[in-house]
Formats: sequence, C-alpha cells, structure tokens
Amino acid sequence: MDPIKLREDFPILKIKVRGKRFVYLDSAATTQKPVQVIEAINNYYKNFNSNVHRGVYFISEEATRLYEEARMKVSRFINAESPRTIVFTRNATEAINLVAYSWGRKNIKEGDEIILTEMEHHSNLVPWQILAKEKNAKLKFIPVKEDGTLQLEKLQELFTPKSKILAITHVSNVLGTINPIKEIVEFTHKNGTLVLVDGAQSVPHIPVDVKDLGCDFLAFSGHKMLGPMGIGVLYGKEKILEEMEPFLGGGEMISQVWLERATWNEIPWKFEAGTPNVEGAIGLGSAIDYLKKIGMENIEKRERELTAYAMERLKEIDGIRIYGTKNPELKSGVISFNLENIHPHDVGTILDQEGIAVRVGSHCAQPLMAKFGVSSMVRASFYIYNIEEEIDIMISALKKVKEIFRGIRRAL
Amino acid sequence: MELEELYKEIIIDHYNNPRNFGELPDANASAEGANPLCGDEIHLELLVKDGIVEDVKFHGAGCSISRASASMMTETIKGKKIEDVRKISEKFKEMLFEGKEDEELGELEAFKGVRVVPIRIKCAVLSWNVLEEALKKIDKGG
Repeated sequence: MDPIKLREDFPILKIKVRGKRFVYLDSAATTQKPVQVIEAINNYYKNFNSNVHRGVYFISEEATRLYEEARMKVSRFINAESPRTIVFTRNATEAINLVAYSWGRKNIKEGDEIILTEMEHHSNLVPWQILAKEKNAKLKFIPVKEDGTLQLEKLQELFTPKSKILAITHVSNVLGTINPIKEIVEFTHKNGTLVLVDGAQSVPHIPVDVKDLGCDFLAFSGHKMLGPMGIGVLYGKEKILEEMEPFLGGGEMISQVWLERATWNEIPWKFEAGTPNVEGAIGLGSAIDYLKKIGMENIEKRERELTAYAMERLKEIDGIRIYGTKNPELKSGVISFNLENIHPHDVGTILDQEGIAVRVGSHCAQPLMAKFGVSSMVRASFYIYNIEEEIDIMISALKKVKEIFRGIRRAL
Repeated sequence: MELEELYKEIIIDHYNNPRNFGELPDANASAEGANPLCGDEIHLELLVKDGIVEDVKFHGAGCSISRASASMMTETIKGKKIEDVRKISEKFKEMLFEGKEDEELGELEAFKGVRVVPIRIKCAVLSWNVLEEALKKIDKGG
C-alpha cells in the first residue's frame, strides 16, 4: 500500500485548520471517510432512495438488495457462518445493549456473575451494571496490570459455575492492548460461559475471524472503520440469536400481528425494528470493500510501523509517561500519554493551535484512568491514511508545549 | 492576545504562583464547583465585611486555564465592593461568551484568547461561577 496515494481518497485530509496543515490523529474516536464511501451513500440517495423490504417497485427492490448485500459483505469480512448472524445496529454500544437486554434479561438470574475487565469502555460496562442491578447479579473484573495487559492468571479463580457471560474488549481504546481472545474463549467455554467481544477497536485494525476466535457475540461500529456514523453491527451465533427475544418492537421485526399479540420475524430481522439505516449499511459495505482491497494484514502491518515510529520519536520528549506497553508488536495504533505536570487539556489545546487533532480526556474509561491514578490522558491514534511526517509534526508540537510550559513547577 | 501568548505571559505565571492560594479560616462565605471536562475543581472562600471583599482564598486542582483564571480573579476582587465584583463577573462572562470588550476588565481581558477554543471557555469561567455561588449565599445569610 502507498499511504501518500491513499490519502488522495480522503478529501478532509487536505483542509487547513487554524491556518495550519490538518493532522488527524484521532482515528480511534472516528475515522475519516474515503470518497468511495461518500459516493456510495450519494449514489443511494440519488438513485435508489426508498424504504427496504416493503416496496414492490424497482428502486425499493434495489435498495433492499444493496442493504442485504452490505450484510453479506459484513458477514464475509468477519468470516461469520451466515449473513443471518449479522444484525445492523446504530453502533457497537447499541449492539452490546441489545445483548444485555435481550439475552441478559432472559438468562441472567439472581446471584449469577457477569465477568468484565478493568479496561472496558463505558459502553461495555454500563449496560452490564444496569442488568446486574436489575437482576441482583454480580459483576466481576479481570484486573489490568501496569503494562496494560490483563491478569489472565486470575481467570481460574475468577470463574465459577455461576459465571454466565464474559464481556471483554478485543483491543483497548486507551492502551491499545490486544487481548488474546482466542485463548480466553477456549478457557471460558470450558466453564460454560458465553463470550461477547467488543470489537470496536479491533475490527477496523486487525484481521478478525469470528470462527477462529470462537466468540458468541461480536460488536463493532461502522464509523471507526471508514464507514458512516449511525451504523454498527452485532454478530451472534445463529443458535443463540434464534433463542433470544426481540430487543425493540415495531415494524420489520414481526411476522404476524394481531391486536393482542404478535409473532417474530426470522433472524436477523427480528432484531431490526423500524426503518433501518440503509445509507449507513451501504456506506459500511463500501468501507469494507475499501479495507479488503488494501487487506487487513497490510493495515495491521502499516499501523505497527507507524506505532513503532511514534514510540521511537516520543523518546525525545522529556518527562513523558506512556501508559501500557511500549512494544508496538503487542498493541494496535493507539498511544496514550501525559506530559509531566502539564494538564492533558492544555496539551490538547496547544496541539490544536498547531492543526493537530488528538483526543484528551477520560476516553470513556474512567475506571481505567483511576487505575493509572489520573483523571485524563492525551491519546494519539493512527490509521491507514496517517504518515510519518504527521508524527513528526506532533513531536514538534509536543516540544512546543514543553517550551511554553518551561519552568512549570509541580502542581500544588 | 493570542492563545499562545496568553499561555506564555499569564497562564504559566499564575499556574506556578497562584495568588491567594490556600484556605481562609475566618471566611464567612464559600462555594465550590467542578468542570468535568478537565476534572477541574475550585474551592473558594471569602471574607466579606460591610459589603466589601476583605479577603479571598482558593484551592483545588485542574488545568492551567482554570487555575490561572481563579488566581487572577482573586487578585481582581480583593478589596472591591460586592456590587462591583458582580459587574466585573458579568462583564468577564460577556467577554468570553459574546466577545464583548470592556476597559474595566483590565488584565482580565487577556482571557479573551480562550475564545478560539470554545470548549475551554468553561475552564476560564469556572471560578467566576463559583464566586457567584458564594455571593448568593451572602445574600441569603444577610
């Protein structure tokens, strides 16, 4: 892959911010979109806009075909057994909530255990807190070590026959840690516990194969993988999805309706009440075409190069604290750090003055922040369109932050 | 003032040497406030006598903008009548939210630079909001 040539596909990378060249280092929050994706959405609205699964006329049939074709693309992309296992949602958060509400309400009983990790995004924490409170179930956590990896030695003592589900992130949105999901699933299944994987930060960046991982559910978001916002995916094993009750009620999700009762549509439509996000699904399908053309192995390799380069150059910044592992082989393209005695929001503001977009804050992972003894961090994250030159610009800007704050003393 | 100059000339100075930092044991009004964006926390204590801010102290943690703003605020209001303090507070907020300038603001005008980063305006006005809370308590308590 040629990153310079590839950048041509992303119009936003050419804009100027505050009179400076725009440097986007926040792809873990959302990725930029290539013209191919923007065009696919345009094409739908210009030529096929109509509701799906309803019309008997030409453009509605075309819209339905495009929508279901997108589902097929998603299914092949993660090597699912069939498109019937692919439910379109708004985002990864909604996909996790779907499982917590629909599977959780039926299967979690008083005293049951829901296992999570200390590195979860709020989206894979709060839905389970709500469920546990309602059912009087117990939340248990796999601890995070100082190097940003999970304390897997604890699995044996943590899991009991009451452990019904493990909900775990594949890649940490803060530390970039890649968790060994396959090994964890093997252990967990022996215990009779289901596994939901939050793939929001893995599916866009590394090859993800649900058959190989063996997980029961996988949730991810379209907008973090070149697709539009408002479209996400829940993968679930066919048998489990079939046994689950619906999540939301309405049109599309039904088979027959009487005044007093109704029967449900087949999966996956049973979980897609109301008019779906057709534009989003088509856009996501186009994003997958784009990613496949580059190849997920190549994407992983390229991000690793960028991460290694950034890690090397960050050594030039005195007083920097990088959270989690510094080994680019063990993580995805996410680096969180702080500069000694300088508040991350001040770092973020000065970087913004230089045209650089990084994320500052708690990264929707407040318990993880607490674990590292801080309230917020600066996070730079990379994707296929980033180049080494942009990392150089960030390094110069960080040096400028240090220069501005020269002589700063320890906070009182 | 450009944001970078604001940082260099004012914020760093007040961040390193916050004026009136600490606690005020004989305070007769106090309030606290937080800004979840940056995790800023400001505790403010006032000693008000005969409608005049005789003494003021603040403490808390947070980003440099919130601390520098609080520090400069305490310098500004010390020795002033409550009614004048309220006017300044109003003008300070008008400057940040609406871009209005006013000579009476004096040195405080430097904070206009924060307007280029709207999300950080909250950091600059936090201490002033806390001040207004404290003054309300004086009204109630007489």
